[in-house]
Amino acid sequence: MTEKERELLLLIEKEGRMPAEKLAKMLDVQLNEVKKMINHLESRKIILGYSAIIDWTKAVDTEMVTAMIDVKVTPQRGVGFDQVAERIYRFSEVKACYLMSGTYDLSVVIEGRSMSEIANFVSEKLSTLDSVISTTTHFRLKQYKHDGIIFIDEDDEDHRMVVSP
Amino acid sequence: MTKTKPTHEVHLSQAVERIKPSGIRRFFDLASSMDNIISLGVGEPDYTTPWNVREASIHSLERGMTSYTANAGLIELREAIASYMSSRFGVTYDPGDEVIVTVGASEGIDIALRSVVDPGDEVLVVEPCFVSYAPLVSLAGGKAVSVPTKMENDFQVHVDDIKERITPNTRAIMISFPNNPTGAVMGKEELEAFAQVVIEHDLVVLSDEIYAELSYDKDHVSTPSIEGMWERTILISGFSKSFAMTGWRVGYVCAPAAYAKSMLKIHQYAMMCASTMAQYAALEAMENGQVEMGEMIASYRQRRNYFVKSLREAGLSCHTPGGAFYAFPSIRETGLSSEEFAEKLLIEQRVAVVPGHVFGEGGEGHIRCSYAASMSQLEEAVERIAAFVKNFKN
Repeated sequence: MTEKERELLLLIEKEGRMPAEKLAKMLDVQLNEVKKMINHLESRKIILGYSAIIDWTKAVDTEMVTAMIDVKVTPQRGVGFDQVAERIYRFSEVKACYLMSGTYDLSVVIEGRSMSEIANFVSEKLSTLDSVISTTTHFRLKQYKHDGIIFIDEDDEDHRMVVSP
Repeated sequence: MTKTKPTHEVHLSQAVERIKPSGIRRFFDLASSMDNIISLGVGEPDYTTPWNVREASIHSLERGMTSYTANAGLIELREAIASYMSSRFGVTYDPGDEVIVTVGASEGIDIALRSVVDPGDEVLVVEPCFVSYAPLVSLAGGKAVSVPTKMENDFQVHVDDIKERITPNTRAIMISFPNNPTGAVMGKEELEAFAQVVIEHDLVVLSDEIYAELSYDKDHVSTPSIEGMWERTILISGFSKSFAMTGWRVGYVCAPAAYAKSMLKIHQYAMMCASTMAQYAALEAMENGQVEMGEMIASYRQRRNYFVKSLREAGLSCHTPGGAFYAFPSIRETGLSSEEFAEKLLIEQRVAVVPGHVFGEGGEGHIRCSYAASMSQLEEAVERIAAFVKNFKN
């Protein structure tokens, strides 16, 4: 990975919508060079997609319930945790899935339309898997910050004087 | 109503009366009276101070650290500054008697000048430069002699321009790189040539390196790191620009003990010490501020690249500023003076910039645009500047 590629990734990680023309100027490289870099990063699956950061609590009627579930599992010979993780992360309700160190093994983030929908998923899909020993479900109450973005309305006014030496 | 005879007649110091009001003031008043302007006229970062720094200051208040510190500043902070100067720029200072924490670099400039200038002394001031140098020279009793720099030479100081202006009364020379307003930087070679003439004439150098960290294409070279310069240099710097801490007012001076002792004498009577809570914030910035500073610098560099290219596309010639967060394009081709350009641009396009002449000789024919603004503001500003310039080019 070149220094320019790294810089490009950091920029579009913050603002995925940035047009290539602007990126070219900011990185001080030619436009076709930026396009090539992006294509290359996409084909190497370093850039996996482009998404928007949305505060769903402000989009009325669409609020979802999110739960973080600590899952203890029995690892299997030869494949460790990967096979059971795959069984879990393939469900479309699962927004994120991580292998953790500590008192449990998998951390699973589930999104549903209601608490009961999530409860159903846990009792019917998750707990019934052979390798799953136990689950602990935590419902998310409020989102303060996610992926580096603060969700609380802050004063973002420019307090600087309009002209200063 | 009968008029009573005044019992007091206002008599003001002639030294102060002689100082012209800053040319920036008029623009500030004009811009402040208008709505919806995009300001590229701001001489400070667009970031808020990193949270860990603010939090450290809050913590110092919670612990009740509200008394004076040593005149020269908290010893932990001076040690941190000395170790930073040594590891970052290869210059060594004793935190015991060669480092003073000041109320911003601005105070540092003042006490540095007052500690070396006697009435009648001449101080060479490399211009365009920060607006306070020449007035502070004259308040110190000296006479400021301008050494202009030009865009054709990338705003580098030319030794011949210095030599021409040296007289038996020349005592000191004041430089600042990376430069506000030009963004120019001085490399090692240029500094070595500069050092030669300075040493030959045995001048004191006041080197304002407040923008040292904001150096985008190559590492900053500190003046006292050049051979023969340490013993004759007073280095002035601070936390305002690199750590986005302008409002805290905390800076420092580093100098050989004899100079530092003299500056400390002024500082202890005029200031006592820099604000204690600001010093604790600065200490945190020194100890744990590098990562966030790095991110800010990367972003300034990207905005510089974007903005300077866009200015050129808009039809203004502009050298590549190697540091600070200003572009200093030439507006000569429009046929307008700096002041006319800035005023018309403000009124017609609602973009505030600072006319170059307020920064001294060599500034006329240029405008200072700060790119410490959001990308969306820069995009919009450049569009408006392009539309404005087009009118004058046809």
